[in-house]
Amino acid sequence: MIRKEMIAMLLAGGQGSRLGVLTADVAKPAVAFGGKYRIIDFPLSNCINSGIDTVGVLTQYQPLRLNTHIGIGIPWDLDRNTGGVTVLPPYEKSTNSEWYTGTANAIYQNLNYMENYNPEYVLILSGDHIYKMDYEVMLDFHKANNADVTIAVMPVPMEEASRFGVVITDEERRISEFEEKPEHPRSNLASMGIYIFSWKVLREALVALKDQNSCDFGKHVIPYLHERDSRMFAYEFNGYWKDVGTLSSYWEANMELIDLIPEFNLYEKYWKVYTNTGAIQPQYISPDSRIVKSIIGEGSEIYGEVYSSVIGANVVIGKGSVVRDSIVMQGTVIGENVVLDKAIVAEDCRIGNNVKVGVGQFAPSKFNPKVYCSDLAVIGEKSVVPDNVSIGRNTAISGATEAADYTDSFLESGDSIIKAGVKA
Amino acid sequence: MKALGIILAGGNNQRMDALSRKRAIAAMPVAGSFRCIDFALSNMSNSHIQKVAVLSQYNARSLNEHLSSSKWWDFGRKQGGLFVFTPTVTADNSWWYRGTADAMYQNIEWLKRCHEPYVIISSGDCVYKMDYNELLDYHIEKKADITIAVKDMPQGVDVSRFGVVRMNEDSRITYFEEKPMVAQSNTISTGVYVIRRRQLIELLEQCAAEDRWNFVTDILIRYKDLKRIYGYKMKGYWNNISTVDSYYQTNMDFLKPEVRQYFFKEAPRIYSKVDDLPPAKYNEGSDVRNSLVASGSIINGKVENSILFKEAFIGKNCIIKNSIILNEVYIGDNTHIENCIVESRGTLKPNMYYFGDGEIQIVVGENNRYGI
Repeated sequence: MIRKEMIAMLLAGGQGSRLGVLTADVAKPAVAFGGKYRIIDFPLSNCINSGIDTVGVLTQYQPLRLNTHIGIGIPWDLDRNTGGVTVLPPYEKSTNSEWYTGTANAIYQNLNYMENYNPEYVLILSGDHIYKMDYEVMLDFHKANNADVTIAVMPVPMEEASRFGVVITDEERRISEFEEKPEHPRSNLASMGIYIFSWKVLREALVALKDQNSCDFGKHVIPYLHERDSRMFAYEFNGYWKDVGTLSSYWEANMELIDLIPEFNLYEKYWKVYTNTGAIQPQYISPDSRIVKSIIGEGSEIYGEVYSSVIGANVVIGKGSVVRDSIVMQGTVIGENVVLDKAIVAEDCRIGNNVKVGVGQFAPSKFNPKVYCSDLAVIGEKSVVPDNVSIGRNTAISGATEAADYTDSFLESGDSIIKAGVKA
Repeated sequence: MKALGIILAGGNNQRMDALSRKRAIAAMPVAGSFRCIDFALSNMSNSHIQKVAVLSQYNARSLNEHLSSSKWWDFGRKQGGLFVFTPTVTADNSWWYRGTADAMYQNIEWLKRCHEPYVIISSGDCVYKMDYNELLDYHIEKKADITIAVKDMPQGVDVSRFGVVRMNEDSRITYFEEKPMVAQSNTISTGVYVIRRRQLIELLEQCAAEDRWNFVTDILIRYKDLKRIYGYKMKGYWNNISTVDSYYQTNMDFLKPEVRQYFFKEAPRIYSKVDDLPPAKYNEGSDVRNSLVASGSIINGKVENSILFKEAFIGKNCIIKNSIILNEVYIGDNTHIENCIVESRGTLKPNMYYFGDGEIQIVVGENNRYGI
């Protein structure tokens, strides 16, 4: 009989709506990050680097990019005779059919998958954080405590603790209480959304809660087990961990990679991050180029100037263009004499000549102030920006825009152009 | 496709100087992130050849490491696959490969077991793109015994390091001389051949019976008038790496937009082993112009008209000019390198000066770093 000590279930079905047009057509875990990666590469690489070779990836929202990216798992060495990576979308059943209505519900709907591997432990991960973590050390901690559940936590500054779900523990790190976004936090240990469950405990809880609406780990499963006095422990993690759930945190996490010695260092050899890359050829830097404090992906051709930016693979930046404090994702072509200032340009965009992005002052978004609340100009994937237009700050563009979509060749700060269905 | 592939990758060349001390030419790094053999392998894969044998001998470690998995070139298949044949001692043979024909002869059992009617033979030392289907169609149309892919070199190019051919109006080869002192033509053999498998087996067995071991001199040249040997003109980019100079030039060719367009942008693509390196990083003080930079590199200094292979580290205030920095080289601060090829995995100390005066200098640094 197959037996895996620990398998991982990676929740990758969320939209990540606070990333605005970046996740209009792809799930958040499939969003590009750091010049060549996608967000899901980090947990997937952590799995294989921690010796976990069986990973179920739960998909739901816009899964195409994720499916093609993961394939049979070759880049992560997750193409295995037994185990490996399996993409688990919601499916029709004879009695009832439903979407994944919550994190725990999604796992519950895949009980059969987990039972196949007859694991002792199940690791629950989400596909939207940037970090390197050895799950094996966490498992050792789980075993040493004879725990039912281990929750990875990280210390955050006390004044920020009220933004997180925090746990209160005793000296042995056994969790005595939970507080969700407390006004007056009594602890600064924030839950990272990474759990190790002993399989029997998880199974019992999921079955017991199967009729719970939108069954969620944080809201239902953990409180359920807490009420029953399960042995719950907090595993403290002190490395780099970044939630990239909002446009500004996504931008900041990218920008941290270009520091002289980045806190999150991709250049360490002993914990590689793997990805499915289309491009392997070197990048070309022209005689007129100037590149300072930036990282640039494979196969890009730079004819202009790049300062403090993260440029993906197969990007072309035309002559005379200046890119500053920006993120340009793979396959995008930027024309000549373009200025990008604090812009995020998603994959496969076409930016015309003499375009200025990020001009003027910040203005509150008229489109969606909850999502767009920084001075970043955001251009969604496969968008087209015509020649000679200027685009203000805190703006959003999606789709193949034409000169007629702009007033006097200008898009004011806080404005947006969303053209559904029309793509480059 | 109706052919199997053989890549001759056993060769060494004294004229590669210190560069061939570490590896066979087929394993030489080319164009920032490739190895020489990637071109022949990718061509085979892109031409839908499913079964490929790589014949290696000299310094095969680096090449074998590169070929440790066949999946990068799409050869990890049940039908076909990638076979690496280095010489082995058997009950009836204790020789190394004594020549290209012998290399194939020593694997003749494999050739006999295959069922594909044709064989495409390519050198592993060449940088080129080719659809072998067109070559094979031509071969069949000409009812040839052997077809050699040939290339017209520009007038004035010294062809004395190549095999030089002349063809009649029907493209049949009437003259073939290997590395001539005085060349009779500027058409050269590219080291790519197509031949019927049974014909190849027959010729190899005849050669072996006569103690002859070289495919070019003992088969192509010797059988020139007996067999129908035709030339097929290759049109695209082709270069052969056999000297320090040709190695340097071939790499520098990739700074030309048309060469990059041809190899990097136009389909089909060239594949290589994937190294999973992070994007190249340009720190404060970097100033890179007209250069190719491979992934994993970290640049703090000045780089001009140069090629940085994977994981090059360029220290502060360095000046790298007209040079090729091979994989995993660490260059300390304030070091000036001009007209050089820096051998892979070397560590160059700070404040050094290397200058190739009149010719390309090969710099071999000691590797005094600790692996983790």
